[in-house]
Amino acid sequence: MKLKIVVLAKQVPDTRNVGKDAMTAEGTVNRAALPAIFNPDDLLALEQALRLKEQNPGSSVGILTMGPPRAGEIIRQGLYRGADTGWLLTDRLFAGADTLATSYALATAIKKIGDVDLVIGGRQAIDGDTAQVGPQVAQKLGLNQVTYAEDIKVEEGVATVRRHIDGGAETVKVPLPALITVNGSAAPCRPQNTKLVMKYKRATCPMERPAEVPYASLYEERPYLTLNQWSVADVDGDPGQCGLAGSPTKVKSVMNIVFQAKECKHLTASDADIEGMVKELLDEKIIG
Amino acid sequence: MANYYKDHPEIDFHLNHPLMRRIAELKERGYTEKDRYEEAPVDFEDCIENYRRLLEIAGDIAANTIAPNSEDVDLEGPHLENGRMKYASKTVENMEAVRLSGLWGVTMPRRYGGLNAPETIFSMCSEVISAADSSFQNIWSLQSCAETLYEFGSEEQRQKFIPRICAGETMSMDLTEPDAGSDLQSVMLKATWSEEQGCWLLNGVKRFITNGDSDIHLVLARSEEGTRDGRGLSMFIYDKRQGGVNVRHIEHKLGIHGSPTCELTYKDARAELCGERRLGLIKYVMALMNGARLGIGAQSVGLSQEACNEAVAYAAERAQFGQKINRFPGVYDMLSRMKAKLDASVYKALEDIQRERKLEPEERAEMKTYSRLADAFTPLCKGMASEYANQNAYDAISVHGGSGFIMEYKSQRLYRDARIFSIYEGTTQLQVVAAIRYITNGTYLNIINEMLGEEVLPELLPLKEKIAGCVGILSECITKVREAGDSEMQDFLARRLYDMTGEIVMSLLLMRDATVAPDMFLKSAKVFAAMACETVAGKSSYIMGFDKESLPAFRAVEETE
Repeated sequence: MKLKIVVLAKQVPDTRNVGKDAMTAEGTVNRAALPAIFNPDDLLALEQALRLKEQNPGSSVGILTMGPPRAGEIIRQGLYRGADTGWLLTDRLFAGADTLATSYALATAIKKIGDVDLVIGGRQAIDGDTAQVGPQVAQKLGLNQVTYAEDIKVEEGVATVRRHIDGGAETVKVPLPALITVNGSAAPCRPQNTKLVMKYKRATCPMERPAEVPYASLYEERPYLTLNQWSVADVDGDPGQCGLAGSPTKVKSVMNIVFQAKECKHLTASDADIEGMVKELLDEKIIG
Repeated sequence: MANYYKDHPEIDFHLNHPLMRRIAELKERGYTEKDRYEEAPVDFEDCIENYRRLLEIAGDIAANTIAPNSEDVDLEGPHLENGRMKYASKTVENMEAVRLSGLWGVTMPRRYGGLNAPETIFSMCSEVISAADSSFQNIWSLQSCAETLYEFGSEEQRQKFIPRICAGETMSMDLTEPDAGSDLQSVMLKATWSEEQGCWLLNGVKRFITNGDSDIHLVLARSEEGTRDGRGLSMFIYDKRQGGVNVRHIEHKLGIHGSPTCELTYKDARAELCGERRLGLIKYVMALMNGARLGIGAQSVGLSQEACNEAVAYAAERAQFGQKINRFPGVYDMLSRMKAKLDASVYKALEDIQRERKLEPEERAEMKTYSRLADAFTPLCKGMASEYANQNAYDAISVHGGSGFIMEYKSQRLYRDARIFSIYEGTTQLQVVAAIRYITNGTYLNIINEMLGEEVLPELLPLKEKIAGCVGILSECITKVREAGDSEMQDFLARRLYDMTGEIVMSLLLMRDATVAPDMFLKSAKVFAAMACETVAGKSSYIMGFDKESLPAFRAVEETE
């Protein structure tokens, strides 16, 4: 069957290669010092979507992302790999969102997109690590949800999903429409495709473009070079539930924790000492 | 994230070569395809950006997929299963990544699904992939066989095969046989026309076939019964889907383990003739080999780069006698020579000029000049670059000391992999044979003298003087060899003339590059020119002191008459 798939993707600072100036003096992430990348788990979600598209001819994959205009790059990254379209939610009113306001915005946009069979996102973003946005979107849209997915197949309106669980995997079935979040253990995302990069390299959202845009006439000739850019009003959103206004979470402070305890015990290699240690670990529920 | 293209600005420098504008214009025929193909460039700047993006993708896959897989590929290698070759599992992973990235059919026209990039870009891409794993570069770069198929095949054959290659099907060129290695005229694989089946049938054995279980083979076979030389050979296309060719054996090799080297048996294998009968060796294989030789040139450069990187990184880290070893003259002598040899091997923007067919008359004249240049430079490029890759791999181990001899370090693989570069697609000795004509007839000397007339940085003037002196010595040596009028003596001394010529040309090319980008190349230009002077002094003293009466003392076999 033809599937209409939306991939939730986030542009995040690359926290995997953190340098000295990664944090500001106030304890927030210094986004300017870190390269902005496609959230790794979301790339895995994109790969699952693209595989489903290949297995179900006629399907389409769209990238939905929220962020400042430069997050248009996330849509391009999707197009370079085989996505068909994308939507950038960008508006000052969206800014400062916690997971609740983010999931509200995304859910509203998915409604606006309409007739979506499958929403796939990464399990969590490497900047916030909450893993809340996917499930919240499912909740708001009343969709079935499956988390920790490693592999997704769809047959006759039912998705069969292999989930990563402690010590193994379980396979579940879920009727569509559904929302699935993909685990870090899923297959890596495919590389960019050269022809698609050549085709879409100048695709931008209107707000990303400089005043003097190079190759201006191309945008008139090739509509696919203009990416969808949606404001709160475009998705019929309630400004009160968006961005800072819609975010009950307030970060009070962030602390660096350095483990300072230096307590240690010395054991000999005798059976008695080893037995004693095992017993102690069992008693304290560290093992067992 | 590491990127084998972006991390080496030298490649980008060559992309800015002034000739690129002309190459791109010719390849894109004045940017006329933009209305038919969404990926086609609209002008030169757009085109160069496309090339850059292409190389970025290659650099990304090279650094993040192929390189991390290279050790496993080296250890596992391909294996034989019921007459079929199976790639090492990580090679399969590499193939899939490259297929999805669309880096097949790189130089093929868009109407067949290709990327329509010029040979120069293909070579750069080759370099980047080879730096990650030269055994994978072998498999990948055999796509250049499509050039020959495109050039000499019929339109029907192009439409049938080229789109498949662009979609990721692999190729091989089946030339060598047990008794026909460097001497391809003695190829015996038999091609007979079958009236009954309405096609040619191939029977016989091929040996040492790189990627021999490929999807689409170009096969050199004897179509003219009763002939014994090259004029009885034709070229055929064998499609694996037809069946009839099996892999009998996969060679165990010193290096490039990931690249399957197969012995093939042909049993009534159905094949189509490519081009005209009898032109197989004398025309088509020559074209095929020229492409393949440039491929090995690029492969060598890539490996040189990696050897250099490994050595530099190790020397910067390893301390002995209280300091980092890169501070010792004996070590930095090696490091600077490695970098200089590397930079010298990368002079491909010049000789890789694409020979495009079906051009306007005036363009054809222009192409003729370039293609003559390419013919002259190809043996120099392949021979020198492959020897340098070996030297760099050797030195990379030296810099590592005892650790270099340990299998856990990458240097040993580079050393093993490089060894074949100066052997296959024509040994260095055969490159010398191909080049000697251009050495003695003054083709190179003319080019060299032209280059001596170019402006260089004031800082380089003393060096250029020295090189000019070397050119004088070289031409004296050439005159002496020519005037001796003894072909055996000429052949015996040819390698020395070749080395002198090669190093002089490369010195001048490096000076040219250093003049444009001193930050990148000035050091190498100085190091390399000093090396060239050393070579010319040594070789010339050998040649000038040589007389043909002393030849018998060198012969391996006494004359029997």
